[in-house]
Amino acid sequence: MSILLNKETKILVQGITGSEGLFHSIQMLDYGSNIICGVTPGKGGETVTDNNIPVFNSIAEAREKFEIDASAIFVPPRFAANAILEAIEEKIKLIVCISEGIPISDMKKVKNALDKSDSILIGPNCPGLITAEESKIGITPGFICKKGSIGILSRSGTLTYEAIDQIVNVGLGMTTAIGIGGDPIIGSSMIDILKHFAQDENTKGVVMIGEIGGNMENEAARWIKENFDKPVVSFIAGQTAPKGKRMGHAGAIISEGSETAEAKIEILKECGISVAKTVSEIGETMIKLVGE
Amino acid sequence: MKIHEFQAKEILANYNVPIQRGYIVSDANHIEHTISKVQSDFDSDAVVVKAQIHAGGRGKGGGVKFCSTSEKASEAANEILGMNLVTHQTGAKGKLVNQILITEALDIKKEFYFALMYDRAKNADVFIVSTEGGVDIEEVAEKSPEKIIKAWVKEDTYPLADAINSVINTLDLSSYDDAFEIFSNIYECYSKSDCNLLEINPLVLTEDNKIIALDAKVDIDSNALFRQEIIASYHDKSEEDPLELKASEYGLNYIKLDGNVGCMVNGAGLAMATMDIVKHHGGEPANFLDVGGAANVDTIKNGFKIILSDPNVKSILINIFGGIVRCDRVANGVIQAVKELNLNVGVVVRLQGTNAKLAKEILDKSDIDLVSAETIDDAAKKAVGMVL
Repeated sequence: MSILLNKETKILVQGITGSEGLFHSIQMLDYGSNIICGVTPGKGGETVTDNNIPVFNSIAEAREKFEIDASAIFVPPRFAANAILEAIEEKIKLIVCISEGIPISDMKKVKNALDKSDSILIGPNCPGLITAEESKIGITPGFICKKGSIGILSRSGTLTYEAIDQIVNVGLGMTTAIGIGGDPIIGSSMIDILKHFAQDENTKGVVMIGEIGGNMENEAARWIKENFDKPVVSFIAGQTAPKGKRMGHAGAIISEGSETAEAKIEILKECGISVAKTVSEIGETMIKLVGE
Repeated sequence: MKIHEFQAKEILANYNVPIQRGYIVSDANHIEHTISKVQSDFDSDAVVVKAQIHAGGRGKGGGVKFCSTSEKASEAANEILGMNLVTHQTGAKGKLVNQILITEALDIKKEFYFALMYDRAKNADVFIVSTEGGVDIEEVAEKSPEKIIKAWVKEDTYPLADAINSVINTLDLSSYDDAFEIFSNIYECYSKSDCNLLEINPLVLTEDNKIIALDAKVDIDSNALFRQEIIASYHDKSEEDPLELKASEYGLNYIKLDGNVGCMVNGAGLAMATMDIVKHHGGEPANFLDVGGAANVDTIKNGFKIILSDPNVKSILINIFGGIVRCDRVANGVIQAVKELNLNVGVVVRLQGTNAKLAKEILDKSDIDLVSAETIDDAAKKAVGMVL
């Protein structure tokens, strides 16, 4: 089993005719993702890829013909917020936005619309999610994944891959891995994702990777202590990051004391969570907790 | 993107927020003339000379001077323009003052702290105000946190009018008719200009009962500059680290640090984690460098050029997780870049992901001098070992 995504999930790709959208749609199809159709305004009526995936001008048009469960958004950042809003309006259950560089004030509007809807947004500025050996939405490399019992959630893309790789290499395997995004405003928080993992019988433990900036890890740590009884291994990146500098991700900037890696690690430990000392110890730390 | 005080005040003035008025000077020959123009235009014998750099603590560092006469103003202006200003935010090297703002002097009754920013936890904008203005707000936060009041703004949840009234009550400004309009204008300025932060410290009440922005510090959302053409033109390249600027021209994300182990990584999170593990093994990272998801020959070559422009660098650690980009291609890119650039520092390469084994074989067989490593841990130890 898995969370949010499986091989049956019917996927629509927004921005499917763009170079990124098309490239990753092909990668997703190769992995087994059930892409039903795509949307690019003005390109309705065309088809793309060897599978002849139909393209529509809008999600509303696509919905007249197909049932859609999830949307993957590969749209340039200045148009991405509107793409998310369109998906929310069309009541798409799962929306995954890969685009990086969406203005914060656009995301405030998205977040308000999201609060009033039943949609789940993953991202933006994220690699998306992947359920091992079933389906992926986004850009995570599929071949590194193997089915198993560990759920993975992370604010960073390549650190998600690193964690998947280590979890597979120590022989555990994974259920679903989710990159929730490196922006200051994202659709799903760590707690939101942990709630899904809590309900998934196959997920026996969770890797949770955070970084400097914001207080999401601290809130998740306290929530885990009260509500989550599966083993959690955490890692926080940015112990050597200087204060006040934006470290690549728009959200990775220390503006107050509780946002440093040290402060987060301390809170995680206080809440009884195992913290990997370095990035290379994520897999080993998990196997110590859950056994072979 | 940070902008200067005089630019931030220009934006505020466009939204009818009263500011302390003045003129900008970048040429010492214009000092005398500008002083008299400020004196006559704003009917103020005394003037204030303010260094324009992107760092706080200018007053304490000697970059802001109150001058009661033209002579004193001229002396101060000549001293500050062109000085190397050191404050707690510039670091020990300080910053060269290329521009000064000469302003009217105001008779101040009260000083307040004012800021508007986004609160991630509440997903709402937040006014932060204090009656303790004109001083370092971090000190106030530490010594008397009860004197800092927050008021949130969010569509449907926290109305703007409530937040503004709370600000007005906190600062005891309810008897001033224009207070509400001024704060709503500031909020409009903040929203429409895509500000990440709009800080006025101090916001003052003058002896003649006017509410005026004496200073202004604004940080603009860089992702929104495409729709903020005028503000985008405020970008002052001289304020940035030349290497960081060059890296951004290459499309690379680079931040210079003080160590000697250069790091080249794909992805921001992995780049931070790589710096951390260098430190864990007793080394000091020389930089943060994210070459992006698609690491190719060009990005790697440009990455090397940037890292090697820092004379402190004694070894380079390359840590690439090849996902969509296959590691064998990254390995060939590294070899080609090393050959073309004629490197004279040690290079440790760790590639993981698609075709990682093939990549390691390619690196091990190549005739160039580099060390390959299988894990990040191993790679960091080797890179640190080279500089110890």
